[in-house]
Amino acid sequence: MSITVIPDPADQTSSTVPRRSVLRHLLKDPQAIVTAILLIVLFSAGLLSPLIAPHNPNAANLDAINAGVGTPGYPLGGDESGRDILSRLLYSIETSLISALIGASVALAIGLTAGLVGGYFSSTVRNSVEWVSSLIMTFPGLITLIVLLPLTGGDYRWTMLILGVLLAPGTYRIVRNLVLGVKKELYIDAARVSGLRDFRILSRHVLFSVRGPVIVNTAFLMGAAVAAQSGLAFLGVGAKDVPSFGLMISSGFNNIYAAPLQFVWPCICLGLITGSLVLFGNSLRDAFSGPRPKRPKPVHGLRVADGAAPEQTPTSSISAHAPVLAVEDLRVSFPGTKGLREVVKGVGLTVAEGEVVGLVGESGSGKTQTAFAILGVLAPEALVTRGSVRLEGRELVGLADSKLAALRGRVVSYIPQEPMSNLDPSFTVGSQLTERVRHCLRVSRREARQTVLDLLARVEIADPQRVFDSYPHQISGGMAQRVLIAGAIASRPRLLIADEPTTALDVTVQAEILDLLRDLQKEYGMAILLVTHNFGVVADICDRIAVMRSGEIVETGTTREVFRAPAHAYTRQLLDAILEDDDSPAPSAPADRLVEVAR
Amino acid sequence: MITYALRRLLTGVVLAVLVTFITFLLLSTSFHDMISTLLGPDVTPDAVARREHELGYDRPVLVQYGEWLVHAVRGDLGTSLFTTLPVGPSVLSHIVVTMSIVFPALLIAVIVSVVLGVWAASRSGAADRVAQGISLVGHVVPALLTAIVLVVVFAVELKMFPATGYVQFADNPYGWLRSITLPVVALVIAGMASMTAQIRGSMIEELGKDYVRTLRTAGVPTRSIVLKHALRNAASPALTVMSLEFIQLFSYSVIIENVFALPGFGSFAFSSAQTIDVPVIMGVTLVSVILVVVVNLLADIANGYLNPKARTH
Repeated sequence: MSITVIPDPADQTSSTVPRRSVLRHLLKDPQAIVTAILLIVLFSAGLLSPLIAPHNPNAANLDAINAGVGTPGYPLGGDESGRDILSRLLYSIETSLISALIGASVALAIGLTAGLVGGYFSSTVRNSVEWVSSLIMTFPGLITLIVLLPLTGGDYRWTMLILGVLLAPGTYRIVRNLVLGVKKELYIDAARVSGLRDFRILSRHVLFSVRGPVIVNTAFLMGAAVAAQSGLAFLGVGAKDVPSFGLMISSGFNNIYAAPLQFVWPCICLGLITGSLVLFGNSLRDAFSGPRPKRPKPVHGLRVADGAAPEQTPTSSISAHAPVLAVEDLRVSFPGTKGLREVVKGVGLTVAEGEVVGLVGESGSGKTQTAFAILGVLAPEALVTRGSVRLEGRELVGLADSKLAALRGRVVSYIPQEPMSNLDPSFTVGSQLTERVRHCLRVSRREARQTVLDLLARVEIADPQRVFDSYPHQISGGMAQRVLIAGAIASRPRLLIADEPTTALDVTVQAEILDLLRDLQKEYGMAILLVTHNFGVVADICDRIAVMRSGEIVETGTTREVFRAPAHAYTRQLLDAILEDDDSPAPSAPADRLVEVAR
Repeated sequence: MITYALRRLLTGVVLAVLVTFITFLLLSTSFHDMISTLLGPDVTPDAVARREHELGYDRPVLVQYGEWLVHAVRGDLGTSLFTTLPVGPSVLSHIVVTMSIVFPALLIAVIVSVVLGVWAASRSGAADRVAQGISLVGHVVPALLTAIVLVVVFAVELKMFPATGYVQFADNPYGWLRSITLPVVALVIAGMASMTAQIRGSMIEELGKDYVRTLRTAGVPTRSIVLKHALRNAASPALTVMSLEFIQLFSYSVIIENVFALPGFGSFAFSSAQTIDVPVIMGVTLVSVILVVVVNLLADIANGYLNPKARTH
């Protein structure tokens, strides 16, 4: 009955699993084995129905009218016209199989071609294919199949052909999205550069990489065709002498008071076939997408390993001279294929009041995970296995999320790396900032609004009102970063954690943003933990440096010390890389400043 | 926003005209059969040709379609060739029955899928398995079977609801509600499967995005992050699925109303197709297409309202 097969979002993942492992995966999956056996048994019985059916499915015998189960010669009894129910069931399976094959192959033929063409060629071709697809999707489903009855003459095979056309847009969309993804892959470019023709690239490379989801889709298309055919037959659309589950259910249902079991048999068969097709399709999808990691329970706050949380210090012992941030022996692990993988391996770090500390290291060194752990916003699967994070003397590890949330945005704030993706695209800048401000300052909407406008002006935005009313996609990256800074400083936090705040920006804008951060730091007297891979930025703004490598702090010291006499070989390596080959330009002539600092 | 809506409306109108034209074109191969059916079995080919000429069915298809379209735009869908009743009112009286189960079912299915999908995405674990299990039932069991099981259990065995028949709302609101309850439940079960999966999927995606983490670092409560920010961003793909779901529910309802013997659109369309009553078939097609286009348009407008990027593109 299903007319539009709605692509599951999971279908869009392109398959990377080699074929043999797909088969092996299927053979290990009990759901796949059971449904495959069921389908094979049912469909072979259907195909063999002319040989194994005891009677002609349309032969009526007056003695067999409403005969009960187990009547000699009529194992499942007879229907209201005295026809053998078992024989009719077998022939109905055959009808279903033919419907499934016609519906699915037409949909595949059209959908696959359209998807390959629409995804691969220019936007003009893509738009026309897209248009035809929306035209087909405007046809009102089953009603179309019914009103075109004069055309098909009641032959279900023609009806299934039209159904195939109506199902094609679903397949088309899946294939097109996959092709659009594959097209960006380098090996396709390589094939094109090496002079392969489009047709060959499409048929060899693109088709090969989209095969997984297409095979999965076929199972669902077959299920949809079987359901549609039986639904139409139930309505009476189609020839009366073609046995079908729909016809059998309809007559059995009308006969329910005289022979209550008659409608049960075709229902069971139909349910088994469509159910097995869908479930087998699900198994196929799992097999193609490889072993799917178990989705972790979203935990808000830090997920702490048993016994890892340090004892909470009583509030009274919080000393006024405690550093704003003190991290001790912090360890963070992620579940990997072979048990836990530690990404932060015992990090210790302090940030004093009003101090700017640079946490420096190459990407993958664990510096961002350290920052997220301090903020309590690690990914849900991450686990803090040990350590202590104290904010103004208060222990954060082991603290409930509600208490953490009270600190976040007030005592500690965060500026992300990529400004655009860190603003909610559906709300205006103003409404997002107002929400944040109302949260951390607990003020009325009107006051919050004024505060936001003042903040926008403070971060040197020329036209605060315009930015306030803009959506994130309407402002530039540098502007978006200013907006995020405005949000972060709204509560005048004691500690600001900035994760590569300039990396995603243009070189000229980088300098302005750093200057702004420096000004705000002086004005508010807040401490900053600056996460970066860029020594130029560090030299520009930081008082102290902690160098991080593979999850560990390898060197700490004042910026001057570290630049003048780097103790660790890794630090020297990083510094040399900058001085020799300045591929990541730091603002305001980094080399000069480096020399100046080093002096 | 208004230009955006008007452009979507124009596209919808063009699509509707094309769909009716293609249907008319396909049907035109059967005009001759229609006249034969109309005149009965014992009639000479000459008489069929004469009648065909009288009714204007021998003219070029484009001319005939143009004439039909001009009349249709004025609200005149002609009269049935077999019952000589005006097409418009009879189409409407049947579509009302069908839509009185489709729209409540769509509304309930949307609400249930949003609740289940959001719950599954933000809780995971047992909640996720329950939601996925429920959504699997709708995928695995054809709507026809769901409807039959409901009738057998709740109407035939438990006698909680009438098994068959439709009560006009104006005659007896309570009876009307009872007569549509089981069909609506069957449609909801069939309809929420894809939508729940979609909303769960896009909510999981949204909750993993950068802006969600940034909102958390700002101390914005989880409730607001999930229900206000993530849900609003997840709504866009869900709306697309919802408008596809309408066609699906429309299709299911044609079968389901037959299980419950409701005098709906399916059997009406079927009888007109059986006799090849072209004016009625065209009326049926037009009204169905208009419904599809209107629902798509509403989804587009809602999407434009929720998604600032869609408006400007």
